[in-house]
Amino acid sequence: MSIKIDNISFSYGPRKALCNLNLELKSGQFNALLGPNGAGKSTLFALLTRLYALQSGEVFIAGHSIHSHPAQVMRQLGVVFQQSTLDLDLSVEQNLLYHAALHGISAREARPRVTRELERFELTDRLKDKVRTLNGGHRRRVEIARALLHQPSILLLDEPSVGLDPATRQQLNHHIRQLCNQQKLTVLWATHLIEEVQEDDPVIILHQGNVLASGQVSSLVNASDSDNLNDLFQQLTGAEQ
Amino acid sequence: MTIRTAWICFNGLLKRELLRFVQQRSRFFSALVRPLLWLVVFASGFRAALGIAIIEPYETYITYEVYIVPGLCAMIILFNGMQSSLSMVYDREMGSMRVLLVSPLPRPFLLLAKMLASSLISLLQVYAFLMIAWVWGIEPPLWGFITALPALLLVALMLSAIGLFISARIKQLENFAGVMNFVIFPMFFLSSALYPLWKMREASEWLYWICAWNPFSHGVELIRFSLYQQGNLQALLIVSGVTLVASVLAVSGFKPQHAQR
Repeated sequence: MSIKIDNISFSYGPRKALCNLNLELKSGQFNALLGPNGAGKSTLFALLTRLYALQSGEVFIAGHSIHSHPAQVMRQLGVVFQQSTLDLDLSVEQNLLYHAALHGISAREARPRVTRELERFELTDRLKDKVRTLNGGHRRRVEIARALLHQPSILLLDEPSVGLDPATRQQLNHHIRQLCNQQKLTVLWATHLIEEVQEDDPVIILHQGNVLASGQVSSLVNASDSDNLNDLFQQLTGAEQ
Repeated sequence: MTIRTAWICFNGLLKRELLRFVQQRSRFFSALVRPLLWLVVFASGFRAALGIAIIEPYETYITYEVYIVPGLCAMIILFNGMQSSLSMVYDREMGSMRVLLVSPLPRPFLLLAKMLASSLISLLQVYAFLMIAWVWGIEPPLWGFITALPALLLVALMLSAIGLFISARIKQLENFAGVMNFVIFPMFFLSSALYPLWKMREASEWLYWICAWNPFSHGVELIRFSLYQQGNLQALLIVSGVTLVASVLAVSGFKPQHAQR
């Protein structure tokens, strides 16, 4: 499923957070959104998920405008926010069933899906545990399992690896790539960590609300006079400062 | 959205509110302490100072404790309604509003369903309070507990809608202390919750008019009359009208922008 971002801008009062963004995400692939803190990544996520209302421009998801067809769009989206949105005092199962209900999926329909998603993330034995008792990595996995419950075709993850140790971070990244390959999910993975992006990923480099580069990592690196993505990123974002 | 998906969604919201309610027992007890202090301490002290003449819907002379019970029910609803509306705007509950708002169901439905769910939970606290008041000797007719139910629910919806409208519009009210000082206390004290309005009129004509215009007064009267199995058409119309207008304004003015900052 495609995501097309058409000339969107967004300001917090006088401060511009996004300036005339035009983007198209590669369908069925792991798209990386790379940018330092404050680049506008979370603002973009808030616009894509309708938490913020568009101020100008338009977003089309699977051909539907998020402005005029919000229901069709939201059905296609699975979202993992930067800050955890799990209810710590509820069990894993209760959190997942709540999400299913919000998508109009009854508990009876949702239970087999919950089992399937938790199996995928090796969390079946934690079903009845309170989220509070889970470690950070497991909580993240529960959030991803939750985002997949309604079988979306697009998965948006806003810095999902923040606060995790390097091994867990790598594992999570690997998991999402597997999912992307198996289910042909369109993934948008926002990060400020270059090591989470691979050579053949389509990447968007965002800085101070502007897209500085977008394309496959290897072609971007080849087209520039840098040795690798790290160099290119430093060059682009450093030049702007 | 079909009726079935709407029902599943509302059920899910209600179940979550219920689970949180059960898990946060300390919050439940502290919410009960407030009205009980008013009933047991404040009202006992005032009983001697304030005699209540026979007024509708009471058929006889009543003690001050009997008089303030409906007002205290409304107070429980007022605190809960304001608290939950404030947390809807400022997302105090661990990002749960974000989870709610990315649902494909229409946003006005989601907001109204959330308000209805938390209003129903409020009623559990009201009934717990009424039970304790019963033990304390305030015994409205038993059927009154049933006839008061729709009135309590309507008042809860009205106060949630007012709360949501106010917290979305007035940025300065982003913490509960602000809401207490500028919304809850004026609404509660400038109403018929603690004293009949005719007594207020004896003290000050303009204060009386403020109380008479306060929708909370009409909420209290609606609860008072229904608890004693009587109707109060004026209060019903005013509370229904305010609920409708406040809900429309709250839902149309809702901006989740606050939730992320």
